[in-house]
Amino acid sequence: MIFTATNVLNSKIISMNKEFVKFDKVDKSYDGKVLVVKDLQLDIAEGEFVTMLGPSGSGKTTCLMMLAGFETPTHGEIYLDGKAISSIPPHKRGIGMVFQNYALFPHMTVYENLAFPLRVRKIPKDDADKKIDKALSMVSLQGFASRMPGQLSGGQQQRVAVARSLVFDPQLVLMDEPLGALDKNLRESMQYEIKHIHESIGVTVVYVTHDQSEALTMSNRIAVFNDGKVQQLSSPDELYEKPVNSFVAEFIGENNTFAGEVSDISGGKCKVKLSNAEILANPISVKGKGERTTVSLRPERALINPGEKMDNIHAGKIEEVIYHGDHTRVRINLLGNPEFILKVPNSSSNMDIKLGNEIKIGWNSEDARALDPK
Amino acid sequence: MSSETKQILTTDGIPLEVSLKKAERKNKIKAFLLVAPLLFFLIITYVFPIGDMLFRSVDDKMVTQMLPKTFKAMENWDGQELPDEEVFAAFHEDFIKLVEDKREGKLSTQLNYTKNGFKSIIKKLRRASKKFEEGNYKEQIMAVHKRWADVEYWRAIQRRAPEFTGQKYLKGMDMYVNEEGKIVSVEEDRRIHRVLWLRTLEIAFFVTVFCFLMAYPIAHLLATLPMKYSNLLMICVLLPFWTSLLVRTASWMILLQQQGIVNDFFVGIGLVADDNRPEMMYNKTGSYVAMTQILLPFMVLPLYSVMKTISPSLMRAGKSLGGTPFVAFWKVYFPLTIPGIGAGCLLVFILAIGYYITPALVGGASGTLISNQIAFHMKSTLDWSFASAMGLMLLSGVLVIYWLYNKIVGIDNIKLG
Repeated sequence: MIFTATNVLNSKIISMNKEFVKFDKVDKSYDGKVLVVKDLQLDIAEGEFVTMLGPSGSGKTTCLMMLAGFETPTHGEIYLDGKAISSIPPHKRGIGMVFQNYALFPHMTVYENLAFPLRVRKIPKDDADKKIDKALSMVSLQGFASRMPGQLSGGQQQRVAVARSLVFDPQLVLMDEPLGALDKNLRESMQYEIKHIHESIGVTVVYVTHDQSEALTMSNRIAVFNDGKVQQLSSPDELYEKPVNSFVAEFIGENNTFAGEVSDISGGKCKVKLSNAEILANPISVKGKGERTTVSLRPERALINPGEKMDNIHAGKIEEVIYHGDHTRVRINLLGNPEFILKVPNSSSNMDIKLGNEIKIGWNSEDARALDPK
Repeated sequence: MSSETKQILTTDGIPLEVSLKKAERKNKIKAFLLVAPLLFFLIITYVFPIGDMLFRSVDDKMVTQMLPKTFKAMENWDGQELPDEEVFAAFHEDFIKLVEDKREGKLSTQLNYTKNGFKSIIKKLRRASKKFEEGNYKEQIMAVHKRWADVEYWRAIQRRAPEFTGQKYLKGMDMYVNEEGKIVSVEEDRRIHRVLWLRTLEIAFFVTVFCFLMAYPIAHLLATLPMKYSNLLMICVLLPFWTSLLVRTASWMILLQQQGIVNDFFVGIGLVADDNRPEMMYNKTGSYVAMTQILLPFMVLPLYSVMKTISPSLMRAGKSLGGTPFVAFWKVYFPLTIPGIGAGCLLVFILAIGYYITPALVGGASGTLISNQIAFHMKSTLDWSFASAMGLMLLSGVLVIYWLYNKIVGIDNIKLG
C-alpha cells in the first residue's frame, strides 16, 4: 500500500476539536461495591489515536464499552463531539468497533459483513458497493468479497473486521484488543497497517490493549490505566522517558529500581540513601528530605565502563549473561539490587562481559527518576 | 503402493503391510468386542423386531396354507363366472381337513376381513358338510347358502391366495381392494384412520410450534444469564425430565379437569361462569397443553447448546454497526440459531408424532393419535398385522420428514450439542 505525504498531512490538519470524546468524571461499578472506573477525566482530540493501556481488570475495556454504549456509566457523562451520549443506544451512536475476536458474522460472506452497516443505513446498492470496494482495498483484501469468514486466516479476518468498522465512515472507531489472537509477526505487521489506515483517513481511534509495545508503536497518546484510574496520559516517548509514577515506570518497558530514602534535595537533584550506598537522582514526585522513594532507571540509560562525565558510577558483579542476538542482557548485582539489568549492544568492544566479572556501571542522575515508593 | 516400489520389510523380514495389520488386528478385535454388546443389543431389540413387523404387516400365509388345494385349482379360473366343479371339490377337501383340525373358525375370521358375510356361511357350511355326499360338490355347497352361489364371495377367497398382501396398508389409509380389484376408499362415515393421521400431523405440528415459541426465549435466557441464575433455570427445565411421564400427565389431569385448579382459577377471577366451565381435557386442548409441556425440554436443550456457542460480541457488533436490537437479532443472532431450531423441531415433531401415553390419558376421543390406534389393535383386536402396518407407515412418515428436512435445511446443519 502506498501512503502519500498528503494523506499524512491531512491527518494533521483534521485535529481540530480537542474534546471530540470527553469522559467527564465518569464512575462505573458493576456490583455497587467496587468502583471499576474511578472519576475518569479524559479528553480525546479529533483524528487522534489514543490507546488505553493497562493490566487486565484495570477498567480500560469498561471505558471502551461505556463509550460504545454497551455499559452505562454509574456516574458522570460521556460526550461525543459535544453531545452527551449516555442516553443514546449503541446503534445510534455511529461508532465503528473492532472486537477482540473480530465478531465477524459467520453466516455472511465478507461482502455481506461489510454491507451490513450500509444496509441498515439504507445506503443505495451502488454507493454501498463502492464503499465496500474502497474499504476492502484499504485492507488489501480485494477479491475476497465472496469468501466466508471461516475460510479466511486470522489476519485476514482481522482486516475484514477493521474494514467493516470503517466502511460506513464513522468519525470514531473503537478497537478492543483486536490483535490479541494473532501471532507475533502478524501482530506487528497489522500494527503498522492499522496505524497507516488511521493516518490516511484521519479517523479518531480509541484502542484498548494490554500490550505495551503495541501501544507505543501505534498511538499518538497513551492512557495508562491501573486500578480504575488513568495513571498517565501522554505521548509514547514521554510515557517511556518520563513516567510520572512507579506504576507507569514499571508497566512500560523495562525498568531498574532502587528503593530508598531522600537524604538531600537541592538544585534539581536529590540524594537517595539506599541500604548501603547513596545515589543521585532526579526528584519527580519527592518534595523533601526523609521521604521514601523508588528510583527508576531504564536499562539502556546505564552504561558499562562509563566516562567521567556521569555523576553516578558504581561497581557491580555480573550474575547472568543472556545472549539475545543483537544485544546481550546482563544481570548485575548492583548496590544491593540483584536484579539490575543492562542491555549491551553486541560489538567487539564489549567482549569483557563475562560471568562473575566485576564491572563499573554509570548513569546520569537526570535519567534516574525518583518516584513514589512502591 | 505402486508396483515399482520395493516391498518394505521390517527388521525381522516380514513385509511392512503384514506386520502393520498384525499389530493393528489386536486393537481392531478389542474395538469390536467393545461395541459388540451394543451391536448385539441393537440387532435383538431393533433390527429384528422391525424386520418382524415388516414381515407381519404383509404376511398373509394363513389363508394360503389353509386352502392350498383350492388356490391350486383356482389358478385356471378366470374369475368371471362361478368356478367349476374342480375348485369346489378342492375347497371341500381343504375345508373338511380344517374342520377336522377345528380351524374353520380362523378361516371364517380371516375371510370376513376380506368380505363381510363369510362368518355365517362358513358356520352353515360346516354343519351341512357332515351330510355331504361324494361327488358334485358344486351343487351341494351352493345349496348351503345363496352367498356360496355368488361369484363375489369366490373372488373374495381368490384375493387371499397370495402369500403376501398390502391390504393392511390400504386399510391404514381407509382404502381397500374392491371386487373388481381396484383400490378405492371406504365409505365416508367409516374413514377413521385418515382423520387420525391428519390429526396426528396437526397436533405434532402445533406442539412443535408451541414448543419452539416457548423454548426460544428460555434457551436464550439460559445461554446469556450469569452462571448462578442459569443453573437454577436449567434445573427448572430439567426437573420434568426427572419426573415420571405418568406423574406429569396425571398432574395435568388434576390441573385441567372441569373441577380442576385452572378452571377454579378462571372462575375465581371471573373469566368464566361457574356453570359454564370449559372442557380443557379429554379433547385436543388437553393433548396440546400436556404434550407441549412434556416435550419442551427437547426443544430447549438443542437450542441452548447452539446459543451457548454464539459469542455475545456478535450481537454487540450488529448493534455497533448501526442495527437496531431487532435487526441485530433477526439478521445476526437468529440465522445462527437455525441449526438448533432444526434439531429441536425435528426432535419434538418426531417424538410428538408417535406420542402415546399422554394423548391416551388426556386426549379423550378427539385428542387421540395414530399411536393410540396402533395400541388399540395390538391389545384389543389383536390384529397385529394391521398394527404393524400402521407402525411401519408411521416410521416411513418420519423417514420422509427426515428426508425433507435434509433436502431443505441439510442434515449436517443440525446441532444437538
